[in-house]
Amino acid sequence: MKHTLSVLVENEPGALSRITGLFSGRGFNIESLCVAPTLDHTMSHLTLVTSGDEYIIEQIIKQLNRLVDVYKVVDVSEGEFVEREMALIKVRAEDETRAEVLRMCDIFRCKVVDVSPKTYTIEVTGPESKLKAVMELLKPIGIKEITRTGTIAIQREKKTV
Amino acid sequence: MTKLPGKQMVVEALKREGVDVVFGFPGGAIIDVYDAMEKDGSIKHVLVRHEQGATHAADGYARATGKVGVCIATSGPGATNTVTGIATAYMDSIPMVVFTGQVPTSLIGNDAFQEVDIVGITRPCTKHNYLVKDVHKLPTILKEAFYIASSGRPGPVLIDLPKDIQNQVAEFDYPDKIKLRSYNPVVEPHTRQIERAFRLIEKSKQPIIYAGGGVIIANAHKELRKLAESIYAPVTMTLMGLGGFPGTHEQSLGMLGMHGTYCANMAMANTDLIIAVGARFDDRVTGKIEAFAPNASIIHIDIDPTSIQKNVKVDVPIVGDCRRALKKLVRVIEEDGRPQEVWKEKFQPWWDQIRAWEARHPLTYKKEPGVIKPQYVIEKLYELTKGKAIITTEVGQNQMWTAQFYKFDEPRTLLTSGGLGTMGYGFPAAIGAQMAFPNKLVVDVAGDGSIQMCIQEMATAMEQKLPVKIIILNNQFLGMVRQWQELFYDRRYAATEFSVTPDFVKLAEAYGAKGFRATKPEEVEDTLKKGLETDCLTIMEFAIAREEGVFPMVPAGKATTEMLLV
Repeated sequence: MKHTLSVLVENEPGALSRITGLFSGRGFNIESLCVAPTLDHTMSHLTLVTSGDEYIIEQIIKQLNRLVDVYKVVDVSEGEFVEREMALIKVRAEDETRAEVLRMCDIFRCKVVDVSPKTYTIEVTGPESKLKAVMELLKPIGIKEITRTGTIAIQREKKTV
Repeated sequence: MTKLPGKQMVVEALKREGVDVVFGFPGGAIIDVYDAMEKDGSIKHVLVRHEQGATHAADGYARATGKVGVCIATSGPGATNTVTGIATAYMDSIPMVVFTGQVPTSLIGNDAFQEVDIVGITRPCTKHNYLVKDVHKLPTILKEAFYIASSGRPGPVLIDLPKDIQNQVAEFDYPDKIKLRSYNPVVEPHTRQIERAFRLIEKSKQPIIYAGGGVIIANAHKELRKLAESIYAPVTMTLMGLGGFPGTHEQSLGMLGMHGTYCANMAMANTDLIIAVGARFDDRVTGKIEAFAPNASIIHIDIDPTSIQKNVKVDVPIVGDCRRALKKLVRVIEEDGRPQEVWKEKFQPWWDQIRAWEARHPLTYKKEPGVIKPQYVIEKLYELTKGKAIITTEVGQNQMWTAQFYKFDEPRTLLTSGGLGTMGYGFPAAIGAQMAFPNKLVVDVAGDGSIQMCIQEMATAMEQKLPVKIIILNNQFLGMVRQWQELFYDRRYAATEFSVTPDFVKLAEAYGAKGFRATKPEEVEDTLKKGLETDCLTIMEFAIAREEGVFPMVPAGKATTEMLLV
């Protein structure tokens, strides 16, 4: 099962390496990882997507909490939450496909952020499922390059990490 | 407030933390700290012959005293040489602070002479570590290091000190107390969980207490004994737990696991309730996990939540300090008011079964005329020392025979590398323990293989005039690996036989120590007597039965009931 963890961690050198080292050293899986400072610059917020059964997830959460630099760990996927990811996709856009790409952008509410005679670079934001759908549809047209941010997530309503 | 250079801050912090002895080896990148220590003059420094020895000695000191062990090394190779000792301490939860020198901050990352990223290297085997980049932060880092090393589940902490930081000056504002927002180990166990645990004990007909190293670390041996006696439950211990409950107590079943007693393993397999205290269900204890204690409910007391539910499913987890948890549990039992006799009667059928297992396969070995059996040496050592010595071991057969045949009644009297299984640990650890207790008898039980891994520390012991005793059980084999080869690899002794071993008696003499040798069983007692009575470093070498094995033995990956017996 896929789980999305929010981790608050001291913004110290080496803190990220401690976390990734923990995952590789103990054989846990990281599907995506996204990290940036919070409003309080001494702390970073890290969103980590991982998978495993309930025992593995329990171990992951406990092992993360054991790190001296980790302030808090919440499995946001246990409750209601919003998740977003962004991708920048450079897609082939020549005469016969330019219009088709733009139509797709319109349907998925993507933005064209860069244009060249033979390519469009489009920005797509949403849950991972939406990104996948866009990628599937653009593939036959010809994706030249793609970069993704990895998932970020936040709990719904009043709840905070 | 006073302004101090970084090097002097280190010395001041050591003094304020009550550190009276440090173990180390100097070098260019740490020379300034050494200079500050020399000028100050109040901290005893033990100069080792290899940095691994310094870490094990600091570890042995910490295990024997319960205090934080401290060692110092230079950058680069000095730092990498500490890694085995740090990992050893990490696996066994030993409080230690390790200082390493580092190249000046301006050179970090430049592949400078004797530069290595020791903070990166030791990240997975320290509880926490620091590269000091700002001298103003040093006082706080020093305080944090000692606090983190010794609190919660203890462990080693490393501080990497660049050479320029050692000489930069800042205010020395050493905090008395420290509070870290991201590090707050739970020490006080949850009362409701304790009550739930008691209800399981009440329901149980065949309980067993399974005690690990956490009992010793938490100084919970008295409370453990109280619990065991008040409900009259059998107690088995891990290697790390030996001494946490008296080995000579009538309720002790001895050690469990791969080389545990038949009785302890059978009791674990048939119990309906495991009361685990400061133990972590490691693979050497559980054997094949699917077949481990199939009918048991489990109460698990541990200060580290990650130890709970890691390998086995737990019914009542109790996170907290073992001592406090046991105290609370004993209080609940006392409030319940049933006297010991009631429990004793209730568990009588269980005890009858246990005594029958004990009688069927007691811990034993076959005597052979004219050949020294290693078990006999340990038995005699136990008799002659009346169980009062601090015993350290190396790793392998020597370690298991010691665990089986020396009865440890007191905590902190067996110092051994349980988790990492580090050959070469025992002798430097004995040096550390002897530094802490100059008047106690400290004995390292070694094999001819592992003693050679840190034998260079003979010079250290001589220099410090430490009367450490070394017993070498010499079979000219790497005995434990040979035993596996005999049992599981058709006796193909790949790389386990030593065709050359030094003359250990002469070796002792070369260092200015004393050496004795026994080659016949009738010489064992005399050799031990002579060796134990000396007032200096002494090697006692015993030419033991070459292919003697350690039994019982649970083959790796098998259920603990599938024991190979003598």
